[in-house]
This record gives sequence, C-alpha cells and structure tokens, in this order.
Amino acid sequence: MSYEEIREQVAKGNAPKVKELTEAALAQGTPPQEILQEGLIPAMDTVGEKFQAGEIFVSEMMIAARAMYASLDLIKPLLATQQSVTKGKAIVGTVKGDLHDIGKNLVAMLMEGGGYEVVDLGINVPPSKFVDAIREQNPDIVLLSALLTTTMPAMEETIRAIEAAGLRGSIAIGVGGAPVTQEFAERIGADFYAPDASAAVSQANRVLAGS
Amino acid sequence: MLIGELINTSRDAVRMAVESRDDSFIRELAEEQEKAGADYIDVNCGSMIGQESEAMRWLVKIVQEVASVPLCIDSPSPEVLELGLASSREKSPMINSVSAETERFREIIPLATRYGAKVIALCMDDGGVPASADDRVKIAGRLVTDLSQAGVALDDIFLDPLVQPISTSETAGREVLRAVDAIRSAHPDAHLVSGLSNVSFGLPSRKLLNRTFLVQLMSAGMDAFLVDPLDRDLMGAYYASAALLGLDEFGIGYIEQFRAGAFE
Repeated sequence: MSYEEIREQVAKGNAPKVKELTEAALAQGTPPQEILQEGLIPAMDTVGEKFQAGEIFVSEMMIAARAMYASLDLIKPLLATQQSVTKGKAIVGTVKGDLHDIGKNLVAMLMEGGGYEVVDLGINVPPSKFVDAIREQNPDIVLLSALLTTTMPAMEETIRAIEAAGLRGSIAIGVGGAPVTQEFAERIGADFYAPDASAAVSQANRVLAGS
Repeated sequence: MLIGELINTSRDAVRMAVESRDDSFIRELAEEQEKAGADYIDVNCGSMIGQESEAMRWLVKIVQEVASVPLCIDSPSPEVLELGLASSREKSPMINSVSAETERFREIIPLATRYGAKVIALCMDDGGVPASADDRVKIAGRLVTDLSQAGVALDDIFLDPLVQPISTSETAGREVLRAVDAIRSAHPDAHLVSGLSNVSFGLPSRKLLNRTFLVQLMSAGMDAFLVDPLDRDLMGAYYASAALLGLDEFGIGYIEQFRAGAFE
C-alpha cells in the first residue's frame, strides 16, 4: 500500500478500491491519522484544484468525495474524538422564508467534495436555528443561501442574530444564490460572496487559509 | 410553445442596458427573440434589488414597443408582478411564477385572475423542491385543483416540474421525465413547462445535454420551454422533435423553418 495509490484512487472516484486499500493499511497497523493526512486530504486538495481550474467536472468531484468517504468512514471512529478530520466544518442552509434547496444542496455537496465536514440545516432556516447550530457545532464557515430577492433580507437578519449572540468572531460567513451580489454581501457584512456553488468552496478555502 | 428567456438582468449585458436605459439594446433583443420563434418574451429584472419596480416598468414599456407577442412577467415579488401585468397591454400575459407554497399561492393567485394571465406553476410546496417523480406528481395535482378552484382555466396552467442537475444526482433527469409523463396523463388539458439549463449544471458541453433533454421532455409530453431562441441547434431540435412527435401537421412547420434557413 502506498499513499500515492490511495490518492490516485480517490481522485479516480474508485470507492471500493479506496475502501480495500484503507482496510489493508489499517490491518498492517498504519496509523489512521496518517492515512488521512497523507492520503485523503492531499487527494481532495488536488481534486479541488483541478475542479477550480476547470480540468474536471462536478460529477468527477462528487465521485471523488464518495471515494474519500469510503475511507473516512473506516478511519473516523479510530481517530481521537476531538480531532478535526477534515479541512474544516461548514454549516449550510437556505434562509427563512425561502424553500429553494437546489443551490444550497450543490453547495453542501461541493463543500463535502472539497474536504469539508458539512452540517446541512435545510431550507427555511430561521436566524435562531443558525445561532443554535453555531453554538452546538462550532463551525469554521457558515453559508447562507437565498434564491429570491424577497428572502435576501433574511440573510441580513441572520447575520445580525449571529452578531447579537456574540458568535460572529469565531466564524466566516459566506452568502450566495441567484440574486445575491458582491455588493449586497458587503453591505450586510458577510465575509464573502460566492457567485456559484464551486466558488463557495474556493472562497471557503481562501478565507480559512487567510485566518 | 417557446418563451424567450434572454431579457433577464442576471445576464451582464442586459443588466448594463437596463442600468443605462439603453432602449435600443432591449428592443433588438425582443425583436430577435420574436423573429426566432418566441411565443412569449420573458422579462426578469429580479437582480436589480431596490430598483426592480422601475426596471420592470421600463422594460415592459420598451419591449411592447416592438414585440407583438405577449410578455411573461418574471419576478419573485407580487408587487413587481402586479406592476408588470398592469403595464402589459396584451390580453393574456404570463406570470412566472406561482408555486404551491402557501403564502406565494395566496399572494399571486388574485393577480392571475385579475389580469386573465397564464400562470407558470412550480411543483414545489412548503416542504421545498421534491426529489422524486411521485412527489412532483402529487404537488402538480394539488396545483391543478387549487388553480382551477381559483378560476384559472386548465389551458392557462403551465406546470413546471423543476429540473435538477444530473451531475449531483444521476437520476434527476429520469425523475423529471417520469413526472412529466404522469402529469401529462393525469392533466391532459394543462401545459407542462421547463427551463433547460439546470439539468446540465457542472458538466461539459452543456448545450448538447440541454437540447437532448428538450427532445426527451417533448417525448414525455412537455409542450412549453423557457429557452434561448437564438440558439439555432436547440431550435432545430425543437422543430424536428415536434414534427417527429406528430405535433406539426404534415411537418409543415418543419418545412417552413427549413425554407427560412433555420437548419443551415
């Protein structure tokens, strides 16, 4: 077993093979942490870079993520409990009053594909639910989605609620959705704007690298 | 039936034209779409936050100066929809859109009846966008019942099954095709409508997927589409498919398109 082989098979999206390689590595006494650090995370970094460069497509990123999880599901229970096993943790949700989940689901899937642990709060999420989830989950990134101009004000409401709860400092907030703009994101005090689902991943990477 | 989708301020060129009130750009875009076969012209300025009302009023005025086809007024805001409908002089404008979400349905239905408008009805409810064909069919049934009860004629109802990308769920296309087939059987007098670009999100050569899906949707019984009528390959697939499905008597429409040079 070599880490290069695991990385290669993750990039190819070959979940059964990745699972087999992980099982073999664990049987040989390889530390799970090493499989993660030398195999999975660099593999997903490469996948993410290729995706952002337009060399691979969403489907290929999806199957790579699935392959990563075939291994991660095996090694996760073996790692120390408090240990972060991914690039970071992200909470995603469509804001109050808005029931559109296509864009939000894409963001959730691509974030997962990009190596993040994702907590999906669903649609029509009131500000208080975001606040509670931030308290419970302690995320690095919070991503708000809105598809309607009529529900965009709920994004601002959500950010204000997070501030009022004293949780603003610990997280980076990103906003996106068809009618959302850079200008709007700045005006309501978001940390970044993502014009599409893949940009959410690259922006999250950029923000975390900067902090 | 084709709804031309190009007058949308989420497209940079259109946004700039609206901001600078470049009426000749908008006029030309309306004319080109009608000439290319659009039966309706969609007007969407939802991205002009805070200025959507003024933009809608202006766009409706400009487009109507040149278009002889009716407008499809496209906004999430009931106020903007009303404004667009009120400034539309055509007898049967189209509303884009209502859904089975309780509040949205309640706000928008009075507009449909007041203006005698056709209505695009999204197959989603308070639970959000359905994943399966069966859930879409159920919501479509509820929409048909509720819209009929409100006084909207079946022929004025355009059900949108809400297409999702196949790049994130490979069954997304199939579920919509199954839903279209079932909705068509259950409500033969209502219409089925969809945009085409969602299905190909995240994949290469999107236009190829979009126009192949158009043909498949037509085969399943969909009869109206939000499209770029200036996409010649797409339009060719539309006319060929209509002829092959027996929707074009003796293929006369297909022949007309051929004579007009549409397939060159």
